[in-house]
Amino acid sequence: MSNWIAAHLWLIPVVPLAASFAILSLTNSRRSLAASLAVCGQVVAFVLSLAAFWPTLQTPGYRAFHNFTWFTFGEQALRLGFVLDPLAAVMLIMITLVSLCIFVFSVGYMAADEHFTRFFAYLSFFSAAMLGVVIANSLLLLFICWELVGLASYLLIGFWIHKPSAAAAAKKAFITTRIGDLGFFLGMLWLYGRSGTLLFYDGGNGALEQTALLSLGASATFIALLIFCGAVGKSGQFPLHVWLPDAMEGPTPVSALIHAATMVAAGVFLVARVYPLFSLGALHGVTASLTVVVWIGVITALISALIALAQPDIKRILAYSTVSQLGLMMVSLGVGGVAAGIMHLLAHGFFKALLFLGSGSVIHACHDEQDIRHMGGLRRVMPVTFVTYAIGMMALSGVPLFFSGAWTKEEILHATSLWSPSRVPYWLMLIGVVLTALYMTRQMIYVFFGPRRTAAEHAHESPPVMTLPLIMLAFCAIVFSVVLTPAWPWLHDYLSGERPILNFGLFIQQALYLALVLVALGVGLGILIYRRASEIDPVERALPPVFHFLRNRMWLDELYDRTVLALARFAAQLSDFLDRYLWDGIVRFLGALAQLFASLTKGFDEGGINARVDDTADAARGFGQLISRVQSGQVQVYLSVIALGMVALLIFYAWLT
Amino acid sequence: MTPTLQLFLIISAALFCIGLLAALSRRHAIFILIGIEMMLAAAGLNFIAFWRFGPQPAPPTGVMITIFAIAIAAAEAAVGLALVIAVYRHYRTTNVDQIDQLKG
Repeated sequence: MSNWIAAHLWLIPVVPLAASFAILSLTNSRRSLAASLAVCGQVVAFVLSLAAFWPTLQTPGYRAFHNFTWFTFGEQALRLGFVLDPLAAVMLIMITLVSLCIFVFSVGYMAADEHFTRFFAYLSFFSAAMLGVVIANSLLLLFICWELVGLASYLLIGFWIHKPSAAAAAKKAFITTRIGDLGFFLGMLWLYGRSGTLLFYDGGNGALEQTALLSLGASATFIALLIFCGAVGKSGQFPLHVWLPDAMEGPTPVSALIHAATMVAAGVFLVARVYPLFSLGALHGVTASLTVVVWIGVITALISALIALAQPDIKRILAYSTVSQLGLMMVSLGVGGVAAGIMHLLAHGFFKALLFLGSGSVIHACHDEQDIRHMGGLRRVMPVTFVTYAIGMMALSGVPLFFSGAWTKEEILHATSLWSPSRVPYWLMLIGVVLTALYMTRQMIYVFFGPRRTAAEHAHESPPVMTLPLIMLAFCAIVFSVVLTPAWPWLHDYLSGERPILNFGLFIQQALYLALVLVALGVGLGILIYRRASEIDPVERALPPVFHFLRNRMWLDELYDRTVLALARFAAQLSDFLDRYLWDGIVRFLGALAQLFASLTKGFDEGGINARVDDTADAARGFGQLISRVQSGQVQVYLSVIALGMVALLIFYAWLT
Repeated sequence: MTPTLQLFLIISAALFCIGLLAALSRRHAIFILIGIEMMLAAAGLNFIAFWRFGPQPAPPTGVMITIFAIAIAAAEAAVGLALVIAVYRHYRTTNVDQIDQLKG
């Protein structure tokens, strides 16, 4: 059984992929068939993931890989493969489970959409690509699936392509991540050049195994940083985070999928997967590349938490919150807490999907209104959405004891506090926790409390097909914390390949009090500030310049527009000018030369060769005309000639005799 | 005056010349046909004359050839007349001077 699944791991992404192609071949009217195909594909993938999970449970640090040769050129054989280890197994479970909830939710959310079937085809494709990333045992295979994830995100963000803003957002997401992917690609080439293999694990010869790592030496830092570029792009880290909030133009289930299960998780997963490259030659767990990861993560987490404070759009707040949480995960990976980072990624996958689907339910109820200032008082009309959303909010803010997010955050803070080079990331992370609680409280108050404003007047609870996934995810967000507590750190030890020990004495730790204080501070501050929230934000009233600075996303988009994009535009204009005048001039000059030569040969041809041929023809024609005169057409002339000829013959005969 | 070969040959030659003159000088196609018929008749007369004044007794070759020639002439006249009618239908005339489309 365990061998079977390790050898047939490729089935997990192939099943949703096949579902996707099957759906694409359906006509637009086969809605229920399309939805059931997509959901069934996901269910099968989930069952297979559970089967893959089983062997990793039995042996701590289980790792099985299955490599095969893709093609051979010359002496070199390019080999790809699949790997099954605890990291891949938990990711598979999380992705398939969250995707399943999102698929079911989409059946209700997209019910009125014209291109319902296409939407499910893309969703299945997205999930298939992400599953491919997770099980890849080769950096190349990972890169291929990584790009497929990018393609799927492009298709889905721009799903409502008739909206210019959606088309622009899709393009922005694709191009911004492409910048990071360029770095990733270069890193991959470098790695291949140095170690001669792209397989992660290959029975001692893989790129992540001892022999290859030792041969890398100092170049490992640069390779790791180049690969990190790809993760920065995909996981929306500063300075390439700008595409992620714009990606909110897609349908809400897509946002949920991008932010929770697929796309952004890929970046964090990538860093975790190639972690041996980052940590090579570490002194007390610190290397140059990991330090970069920490600082990028800290900057991202703090900036986006601040920006989230001033956003009016319900989905954008969540988007910036995702960016901030991803920063947190990066910090965790950077300071050495790989298990903590992945744990937060998993927990985040559940509660962020919950929050996004909850916001989708709210948007659906408010007739596609996304501005939280026009909502309010929804807790009475939408009780299920309210309760599940509140669970998601508390998990995200890190309310201690009952919610998964709290334990993982605590773990990350603990790992950060032990980082030897500097204490600054730790203090900044504490501020980040307060800010998270603050902006989530703001959102809750605006959406669910206070008077019902314009958009909320005719709101109603969503149908069960939408609320059931919410309940399912809320359940996961709470129950998941069972395996996260320090008293029984099952997931942590599972990921690091140790046997978990049950010890209730460790249940209450110092960090727990700290988290309690910080969250209480954030929520209390939120209630204090936004208690009497109206259409004008209280912060805007008190500190207009700061608020506008944050509302406009710290002018980062504008900054890019003025610098990078202006440079690109200038380069484009310069090349246009060169093309138009310099190169085109040369081409035109050569063309004129050719024309001149052509007219010369034409003259020679016509005057020298053609004329002689013509003369011959003319002479023949003239001679023909001359003799044709004999043919008068007069019958009697012919007869006369015959008669004369006869007479002449007679005379000739007479003369002969 | 006893009939001699010379006399028949002179009559035959005269008939041929009258036919030739008619064929050459008349403008109407039917008259030309008639001229040609006269020339044929002159030729037939020659056959008969040479046979009659040749060594006797001889098989009736001259008569047979002439009878065949007359039969063929009848067929030829029919074809000729049909051609004249076809030409007339096309050109609305039988004047051979005006029918000169074959000129070079």
